[in-house]
Amino acid sequence: MAHFVIIGAGECGARAAFALREKGFGGDITLIGTEPLAPYERPPLSKAGTDQAPEPKFIATLERYPEQSIDLKLGTTVIALDPATKTVKLSDEQTLTYDKLLLATGAAARGFPGVDSTSLRIRVLRTHADAVALHAALHPGRHIAVVGGGFIGLELAATARIRGADVTVIEGLPRVLKRGVPEEIAEAITERHRQEGVDIRCGQTIEALQEETDKVVVRLAGGEVISADLLLVGIGALPNVALAAEAGLAIDNGIAVNERLETSHTDIFAAGDCCSFPLSLYGGRRVRLESWRNAQEQANLAAANMLGESAEMSAVPWFWSDQYDFTLQIAGLADDAVTHVRRDLDDEAFILFHLGADGRLLAASGIGRGNAIARDIRLAEMLIATRAHPDHAALAASSVKLKSLLAA
Amino acid sequence: MSNWIEVCAADAIDEEDVIRFDHDGRTFAVYRSPEDDYFATDGLCTHEKIHLADGLVMDNIIECPKHNGRFDYRTGEAKGAPVCVNLQTYPVKVENGIVFIGL
Repeated sequence: MAHFVIIGAGECGARAAFALREKGFGGDITLIGTEPLAPYERPPLSKAGTDQAPEPKFIATLERYPEQSIDLKLGTTVIALDPATKTVKLSDEQTLTYDKLLLATGAAARGFPGVDSTSLRIRVLRTHADAVALHAALHPGRHIAVVGGGFIGLELAATARIRGADVTVIEGLPRVLKRGVPEEIAEAITERHRQEGVDIRCGQTIEALQEETDKVVVRLAGGEVISADLLLVGIGALPNVALAAEAGLAIDNGIAVNERLETSHTDIFAAGDCCSFPLSLYGGRRVRLESWRNAQEQANLAAANMLGESAEMSAVPWFWSDQYDFTLQIAGLADDAVTHVRRDLDDEAFILFHLGADGRLLAASGIGRGNAIARDIRLAEMLIATRAHPDHAALAASSVKLKSLLAA
Repeated sequence: MSNWIEVCAADAIDEEDVIRFDHDGRTFAVYRSPEDDYFATDGLCTHEKIHLADGLVMDNIIECPKHNGRFDYRTGEAKGAPVCVNLQTYPVKVENGIVFIGL
């Protein structure tokens, strides 16, 4: 009987395991995860929930794995992969032989250079355990410093502020959300944080970080010193490629796969945050997406192709972030856009449509309270997928339903 | 035996669209299909309790505006990740141009 092994029990790996069953695979499935918890959703970790310690939001109940005959090995690390013998060696000294292998190893939070990962007051956020530890520090009267004004940093800043802590965000670039988020939206987010009392410092270089017994001292290049009870490092994530690299698989800003998520080695696939792939919608440029939706979509695609299909990645990249009662969503990649058309939905909600030199809709970015922008961003995503060249006036007029442009 | 509650005028819901309807402390989503048939489900997505009336209706599917949970609004059936649980559905009738939901 065929044996499919999935390394990485996050969103992508778990979804792929269930997708294999949904698609009718009757062989053995082993799903291997390093963390002790059953696969859970990561997006809630950085966002404000209740005042209670965060509960993991499981992707499926623990019973679902045996019900679906998925052998879930938790707290287990794969220490070696040998494509020649099609085997993986586990931390419990077991060796498994696979017919098809999926690497869904995800990404790890980047730490601050030179800081010990066991530091109690200088932390990253990637796992549920990280979130639980962090939660304990978010109280009125505490001062939380956040290094990095990206999605994770700002979501955590909002969460810490909602829980009553004082918050300072330190960003090296001239503005927050520099990567992939247009300035108008970054400004709206910055303004909202400032209204809530978050101290956002952009264009600041950290010269030194020092952990003391009761605080962390941050020395900025300009000479200023910031003292915090806890410092959270949100400066991006690095794909977990060590296993693949040691096995000789091609690496290119992640495990390099083709449109079908096949790695450079037969019968080994990679999906989710750990892999980079060519995106035909944008001229075949190689991208690596750290997003929840991408992890789900690639899980399904990988499962299909492990079963012999030849499906290609065609989804539009999509990201979202929640901060306070605002939601930000981005569909597509705006890098090559030359024109931006603004659609105002209400006083606070707006969408920017990003169009290429030939008038093609490349991306849409929106911000608003609650779900004000959700429907239009979803429709924009469909327009992007069809390589539409929508009329600028129609995009700008909120009275024109975007759904009507889809039919055009 | 359903207790029929008035929702709105039939033409208050656009073709292939959805509205929110609240009644007696509960919230619902009421749909009009391209064929001018009307349907009703519980209002909140079973994934993270986001209201479905802010979502997109297309091809008999309601898609949650937040995380793209999808359901067939005619049957309540969940259509894949991230949703695990089907939606409760309710009978709907249209009389004299008024939509009623059966609770």
